[in-house]
Amino acid sequence: MRLRIEHRTHYEFSQPQRRLVQLLRVTPPSFDGQAVVDWHVEVDCDARLKRSRDGYGNEVTMLYVDGPIDRIALTVGGEVLTDDKAGMVQGAPEPLPVELFLRPTPQTIADAAITEFARDIAESAADPLSRLHGLCGALWRQIRFDAGDGNPHRDAASTFADGHGVCQDHAHVFVAAARVLGHPARYISGHLWRSDGQNVQPAAHAWAEAWVDGYGWIGFDPANGASPTDAYVRVAIGLDYRDAAPIAGARVGGGAETMHVEVAVAEAIQQRQSQSQ
Amino acid sequence: MRVPAFDEVWGSAGPDASREGFEALAAWIADTPPHELNRRQQAAEAAFRQLGITFAVYGEDEAAERIIPFDIVPRIFAASEWRNLKAGLEQRVEAINAFLADVYGPRRILRDGVLPAELVLANPQFRPQVAGSRPPHDVYAHICGIDMVRTGPNDFFVLEDNARTPSGVSYMLENREAMIRLCPELFEMFPVEPVDDYTDLLLSTLRSVAPHGRGSEPVCVLLTPGHFNSAFYEHSFLADAMGIELVESADLEVDDDIVWMRTIDGRVRVDVIYRRLDDDYIDPLVFRPDSMLGVPGLMAAYLGGNVTLANAPGTGIADDKAIYSYMPEIVRYYTGAEAKLPNVETWRCREKQALTYTLENLDKLVVKLVDGSGGYGMLVGPTASKAEIERFREALVAEPHRYIAQPTLALSTVPTLTEKGVAPRHVDFRPFCLSGADGIRIVPGGLTRVALREGSLVVNSSQGGGTKDSLILADRPRRRGKTTVPEVAPLRSGAD
Repeated sequence: MRLRIEHRTHYEFSQPQRRLVQLLRVTPPSFDGQAVVDWHVEVDCDARLKRSRDGYGNEVTMLYVDGPIDRIALTVGGEVLTDDKAGMVQGAPEPLPVELFLRPTPQTIADAAITEFARDIAESAADPLSRLHGLCGALWRQIRFDAGDGNPHRDAASTFADGHGVCQDHAHVFVAAARVLGHPARYISGHLWRSDGQNVQPAAHAWAEAWVDGYGWIGFDPANGASPTDAYVRVAIGLDYRDAAPIAGARVGGGAETMHVEVAVAEAIQQRQSQSQ
Repeated sequence: MRVPAFDEVWGSAGPDASREGFEALAAWIADTPPHELNRRQQAAEAAFRQLGITFAVYGEDEAAERIIPFDIVPRIFAASEWRNLKAGLEQRVEAINAFLADVYGPRRILRDGVLPAELVLANPQFRPQVAGSRPPHDVYAHICGIDMVRTGPNDFFVLEDNARTPSGVSYMLENREAMIRLCPELFEMFPVEPVDDYTDLLLSTLRSVAPHGRGSEPVCVLLTPGHFNSAFYEHSFLADAMGIELVESADLEVDDDIVWMRTIDGRVRVDVIYRRLDDDYIDPLVFRPDSMLGVPGLMAAYLGGNVTLANAPGTGIADDKAIYSYMPEIVRYYTGAEAKLPNVETWRCREKQALTYTLENLDKLVVKLVDGSGGYGMLVGPTASKAEIERFREALVAEPHRYIAQPTLALSTVPTLTEKGVAPRHVDFRPFCLSGADGIRIVPGGLTRVALREGSLVVNSSQGGGTKDSLILADRPRRRGKTTVPEVAPLRSGAD
């Protein structure tokens, strides 16, 4: 597919801010099955941008703004060509060894309930791949999607106990369960083109990848119960949300902030839309 | 529990004898009346209290501000003893820096199977955020405090490598100031190596690792978590002694991946940050997002090569308990030689034979959780109840990979002033090793911690531990340097 993405983030502050510093992980890499045709990061005020790569290989943009400033709009987006690789990820930057992704983090600890859930599924699965697909499908059925749930600091165990959450919560539970079964697993932040026509969403997407010997990294989207296709644009990876989140920011100036996010993902070539539905 | 121990002054024969070379100190101890020792000790403690010297050893819980007891009887190392220690410390610190450069770089040691890869990669102290980047001049652990214990005349062991933000050096310096003032005769009797150039060496070490192209006088600052931190006295003392700014996070800001210090005269570019807060807290955008102590963007400046952090982020992987047991292999791997300073013998229960030995000797061993902290999950076999031992036996069988075992060591003792006069008390030793672009420097001295309770092996300040001065004797006749007794020798004020 040829996908056009516009990811807009708008902040308003209750009082003028002296400074803003933000760390953005919003630029997708190119690899097998994902080619970034063009990409931009734009800010609607005077700002200094510095680009670099982090330890995971993610492209990072630092954003520095001097105040006084009481609002800022950030627009990132562009066009990406995608192929359906049945979830398999090849040719992406991989500076870190696979074993790193066995490490639980505070947000991805498998408690007794997640461990039992994961082991039950593992018992009924013939091989690692079907085990992970089983995990993905079961979480999709078991954890109800609830758009009003967004709390970026919630951990896997709370989500699993509550039985509902947003895509990043699904991803955290999947990662925790896969790791407890001995599969390296990681958190992915990115974008999803939806075939139901709801092309403007209030957040970016998130899913997971697990390592299977003989296959490599394979994507699993437990919020949708399936592996990523050419409708997915993969942006950043990490052990959990904290390492891969699109924006981490700090500001000097006190007061409160309101944030509004809008992500539009559309097919750049309209005629192909009917074929995909 | 009473452990028969080697006394560093009296040997093993008790207070009537003394080791060769230590006769003069033994005589000084015998000839100085206890009430006089007491008077001097109280004078020292009063001065420390007035200065507000407080400190907590790395790894302990933050404690309320507290004066740590000072013992007036010094410990002495002969020149030859120090020479051997120093060579061993240099080798160890060289290996620690090489290990860090490797695990955050090519990871040769993991590929060569010298230690299990998961021990490093699955360890929370291994920071993927800095993997693939190199600190200025490739130095990671600029300041190391290596904890040593001793069991005999030539038996020194490394107990712990502190490669994050080791504290206690202000005690080394303040204890010496107090001793020169209160026991000047000792410095006439012995050719004592000076320690007071530590802060000069620290500053030149910090300057040496400034990013390239920052001139001959790069701007160094000391970043403290703030006055509520238990080591704040040390932070202000060191900044003052080096003549550099003591800053908190609000004094720094990052712009264009460059660190600036806000001053009343405007912004000043910062080249080197001696940071006394842990990795988790230095930058809320990369590490703990709830940290109010850090500087947003600091890691971007560091990864961009625009500022040096001392110690570098990620050094915790080198002093982790799980890694410790592999230090002899790590030293051999990077230096090509056997470790001059041995580890305390350690059985890794993940290995079958070690587990068998441990299970057979639980009543004699100390068993520790590799990922435990603050003494949690520790069995001291000789003092443990049968029930405790059985509980550990079950835990060991269930999850052997989580445990290591060590012998219960008879730590050396040093004569120490007690309520009943001078008596032997167990000690450890933390020398401070500086690694700069131009090599390793170690001042001849360190922090001696002493377990003040009779028979106790626990030197931690939280459990009745105190400190004493550690005098390193020079080979040559006593030199006329800074350490000679000044005519007027007031205690240094930390404040101005």
